[in-house]
Amino acid sequence: MKVLVTVKEVAAVDDEFEIDGLTIDDRYVTADLNEWDEYAVEAAVQIREAGDDVEVVGVTIGDADTEETIRQALAKGVDRAVRVWDDALADAGLLDPETKARVLAAVAAEEDPDLVLTGVQSADDGFGATGVTLAEKLGFEWAAVVNDLDLDRDAGVAHVHRELEGGVEELTDVELPAVLTIQTGINEPRYASLRGIRQAQSKELTEYTLADLGLDAGDVDSPLEQTSLYEPESEGDATVFEGSAEETAAELAGVLRDRGVGQ
Amino acid sequence: MTVLTVAEHRRGELRDVSRELLTAGRQVADATGGELHAAVVGGDVKAFADDLNRDGVDRIHTVDDGAEFNHDVYTQVVTQLAEAVDPDLLLLPNSVNGLDYAPAVASRLDRPLVTDAVGLSMGEEPTVTRELYGSKVETTIDVHAERAVVTVRPAEWPAAEGTGDATVEPFDAEIDESAVRSTVTGFEEVGGGEVDITDADVLVSVGRGIEEEENLDLIFDLADALDATVSASRPIIDNGWLEKDRQVGQSGKVVTPDVYIAIGISGAVQHVAGMKGADTIVAINTDPNAPIFDIADYGIHDDLFEVVPALIEEFR
Repeated sequence: MKVLVTVKEVAAVDDEFEIDGLTIDDRYVTADLNEWDEYAVEAAVQIREAGDDVEVVGVTIGDADTEETIRQALAKGVDRAVRVWDDALADAGLLDPETKARVLAAVAAEEDPDLVLTGVQSADDGFGATGVTLAEKLGFEWAAVVNDLDLDRDAGVAHVHRELEGGVEELTDVELPAVLTIQTGINEPRYASLRGIRQAQSKELTEYTLADLGLDAGDVDSPLEQTSLYEPESEGDATVFEGSAEETAAELAGVLRDRGVGQ
Repeated sequence: MTVLTVAEHRRGELRDVSRELLTAGRQVADATGGELHAAVVGGDVKAFADDLNRDGVDRIHTVDDGAEFNHDVYTQVVTQLAEAVDPDLLLLPNSVNGLDYAPAVASRLDRPLVTDAVGLSMGEEPTVTRELYGSKVETTIDVHAERAVVTVRPAEWPAAEGTGDATVEPFDAEIDESAVRSTVTGFEEVGGGEVDITDADVLVSVGRGIEEEENLDLIFDLADALDATVSASRPIIDNGWLEKDRQVGQSGKVVTPDVYIAIGISGAVQHVAGMKGADTIVAINTDPNAPIFDIADYGIHDDLFEVVPALIEEFR
């Protein structure tokens, strides 16, 4: 059995930052493995550990700088990884779910996985749609926002819980092959061990260009164009207490007492 | 131009986002002198159609297929309906279920998809406003296509009101049963533990800023001093530091206490959806730009590890 897990390096923005045109200035940005993908990686590695004939392959779309991030996934137990990048992708601007799914589907066509795990969404652009779009492209079944997974390989069914709004979970049976988008909290992502980090350096990381996958620049020509980026105006009219912690706490205590708190 | 919205319902209830979609759709249709269509798939479609018949809705399509949401059925129905109505803009909810079928529909219709819209306008081409990096910035996206699929963030537009005179008509979709490869087998409520955060008058709520599990003692000490109940935002629950029934937010509980004290919580939209109904909201966070301050009544821009002990001292 083969599990393909998609991972993305995302940008986290500092509390204070400056906007430079259509991006945030690099000085205020830290790159990291997308939080949702960490749970997807853990789910994939747990499936591998439950069976001795499972291979877990990671895939990312990203430039050479993202290699370090994908090696984090390798260090946590992903067997090998694929990274797709070239000049056409670099020039493509906003990669919408359709574009990303097209590239990932080409990788899936090479790998022929039984199961694809993705994070529900990415922490930076948060489209939350790449996984289901990918399923549609592959003709796979799917389930979005999965927070519990019980894989019955013999029956070819994934028994999943989907986390709906308001503290309700939907129980669904999904036929394989399938794409599942994984919600945070489904498991406890492991820390990479020192041994894992060392091993990750020697694990196979295949680099593909679009041409390697039978795609060209036209395939990553997104219809979406980002035209502005700005800080939203604060809608707040909060009374902000200033001063030392003792002073602000005292003022807040006054407000709370007025409302009958702690009486 | 024509806008088509698709309602959402669960366990016999139309969800609020269904009527919010009508407001967003009407806004765009008005700006272009167009028509607003709504659709509802499955469940008691007659009752749902009555509820969707609000001011400004021109036509309501009812599709009598199944009791509950199944994405394989929804994908087929909504794709066929969109092909029949041919809307310039197909508006779907940016809910868990919306995101479970909208991408498949967009892909089948070969129309661009923009998710989680917080703003929407229609010139010659659609323009969508979205948030990035956990609501720290907003961006506008021009969609270079005449027709698009957009998912709309819940609670961003007011719900449509009034009574309309829409034409209600059934739509017969042809469902290919062999393409239905997922089966919903039931629902489960999470939690059911000993704490009922929805019943508390005062909530001391803790988020990622608490850093370590053992630091939660500080939060429980404060709750003791204030005679309050402890709740939390999602990361604390995901880490397994507190039980699921203490989670406030879109996927947790909706709470309406007299006082809500958000400590080390940035105020992601999913969290805010669960607590904005509190009478008085207090936020303690080091980041003065945290979105929580947009809805707070009182704020302290400081280190919680300084302020919370001082606050406990005040109530000793």
